[in-house]
Amino acid sequence: MKFAILVFPGSSCDVDMHRAVHDVLGEEASYVWHTDREAEDLSNFDAVLVPGGASYGDYLRPGALAKGSKAMESLRAFAASGKPVLGVGNGFQILTEAHLLPGALLQNKGLKFKSGTTMLSVQNADSLFTSEYETGEAITVPFAHQYGNYYVDEETLADMKANNQIAFTYADHQDQGSTDKIAGVLNKEGNVLGMMPLPERAVEEVLGHVDGLRLFKSILKRVE
Amino acid sequence: MKKVNVYVTLRESVVDPQGTAAEQALHNMGYEEVKSVRVGKLIELAIDGAESEIEARVDEMCKELLVNRVIEDYRFEIEEA
Repeated sequence: MKFAILVFPGSSCDVDMHRAVHDVLGEEASYVWHTDREAEDLSNFDAVLVPGGASYGDYLRPGALAKGSKAMESLRAFAASGKPVLGVGNGFQILTEAHLLPGALLQNKGLKFKSGTTMLSVQNADSLFTSEYETGEAITVPFAHQYGNYYVDEETLADMKANNQIAFTYADHQDQGSTDKIAGVLNKEGNVLGMMPLPERAVEEVLGHVDGLRLFKSILKRVE
Repeated sequence: MKKVNVYVTLRESVVDPQGTAAEQALHNMGYEEVKSVRVGKLIELAIDGAESEIEARVDEMCKELLVNRVIEDYRFEIEEA
């Protein structure tokens, strides 16, 4: 399986993503710089990972400037083709700004950058990204963000619940004010997932946690 | 040349933590009359063109990039630069 890791200015978790899918899972993975020719046509890849890092564009809104990138058009086409797209951290912010996912990310309730580990509750284990988990299971995943406060209006939230689009919620007090303690969101079709916690940092015993690995294994299982 | 001031604020339904922190500080300083504080941003654009065209173009810029309407409201004023 061939993963593209779409790299924007400020991305830094691209290296963690690469380590997770290439070094740990042994799959093919390429860094794709967002303005490179390769970014204009992502159709040769089986999955696209949009990594986190220092927020691209946070002086306007985190993720906002990415939607002017050439890569965004091909990412839209890639998502529309039904293949998996995973956005983590700033990648999640980028996907909401591009309207590939509902909602938006606000500053953390306490206005401070927060990091550590958080416990998530798996809300939907039927998705392409979560089939290796059990619904209701608690998993431990690191996080690090200043704009991790997920906001969505009530009408959209009801819609998301009806479509089973909530993948993960915070099971502890690390939600930073997020609507309904939401930590991870799927699109209606279920092939785009965005989340603020960092599953790519929980894939090896040496990192302290391994619960994130099953997310990547779920993608493999569905695609292969 | 015209100058356009775009004012971006969080929507009323969105909790504004910066505003809440500033409100608390004002109360601590004795400004009890302050009932609420909302912190927004000002984006200044210098633009060439006729006012009638500028209005439509700036509205488009707001919707396309400058404002995220999921969480923000906006208004703008056009003045002589």
